[in-house]
Amino acid sequence: MKELLASPLFGICLTLLVYRLAELLYQRSRFILFNPVAVSIVSIILLLKLCNIPYQDYNNGGRMILFLLGPSVVALALPLYQRRQEILRRKLPILIGIVAGALSSIISAAGISWLLGGSEEVVLSLVPKSVTTPIAIGITEKIGGIVPLTAALVVLTGCLGAICGPEFCRLVGIRSKAAIGLAVGTASHGIGTARLLGEDRFSGAIAGLAIGLNGLATALLVPLLWFLFGW
Amino acid sequence: MLQGMVLLLLFQFVGEGLSRLLGLPIPGNVIGMALMLLALVQGWVKVKWLEQAADLLLSYMALFFVPAGVGVMLYFDLIAREWLPIVAGTVISTFVVLAVTGWCEKLLDKQEESQS
Repeated sequence: MKELLASPLFGICLTLLVYRLAELLYQRSRFILFNPVAVSIVSIILLLKLCNIPYQDYNNGGRMILFLLGPSVVALALPLYQRRQEILRRKLPILIGIVAGALSSIISAAGISWLLGGSEEVVLSLVPKSVTTPIAIGITEKIGGIVPLTAALVVLTGCLGAICGPEFCRLVGIRSKAAIGLAVGTASHGIGTARLLGEDRFSGAIAGLAIGLNGLATALLVPLLWFLFGW
Repeated sequence: MLQGMVLLLLFQFVGEGLSRLLGLPIPGNVIGMALMLLALVQGWVKVKWLEQAADLLLSYMALFFVPAGVGVMLYFDLIAREWLPIVAGTVISTFVVLAVTGWCEKLLDKQEESQS
């Protein structure tokens, strides 16, 4: 039994089954809190804890599913290419939006957690929270944050943006597909982008562009801010 | 289908290689995306070679994040210790970024709404 649970088959079956059920729940209810990614993560964690199955066993299969994220990011080139004219017409708003977003992310995440009494490592770990996982980890390593904490916060940020990013945008008067795509991609990277892709390919393509550009902007801005203000 | 998958993985492989070789702060898959975009614009890669595989992967992209999220369970203790600065900083800052980015785009973008 122990061997079966540690085989990749277990993690893959569990993830696919739970995700399919979560997707059905979302399709039936259309309730925004029932975001399939967030519901799947919570359900799988509860299941593993209840049955006392170590994360490492689950992850033997989990990492095979995670692997497909790599080619998916490359595949984002296709919607970008297909909508290139609309994107190029907006290059200035897109670039300025992303740089402003990256700057506001670094300052607000670090500022708020510092004001609330976060320790230095925690404050630094929050700095790259809006950036896609592989870039965020690189940044947090360089500035002295806690790598696993950053990885966890990146997922939390992504789920938050996927659950209510587009709704929040509409609430504050941001309604165009381009602006929503840019905001959700910049704030909540791939997880927010994945939700948009399911609803509208154009917003999804812009969000995909924002994942890469925000990663780049944050990776460049953090050392610059560090140099200017000497944290 | 297979043709598209091979191309996507090859571009990711080259992207990872460049990222490591040049010590770039950008992950390989993002470099792979940029290279694929270049290849499409230059006509080296045709849309129809890629379409099936890319559409399949993109429609399930959300699923691929689930195992990364489950990893959070390893760090519950850490989060519990300083939950207020961590949770408040993350949540409030996410909304700040959504608003700042969206407003900038809205103010500067004079194009009409795209049809899709």
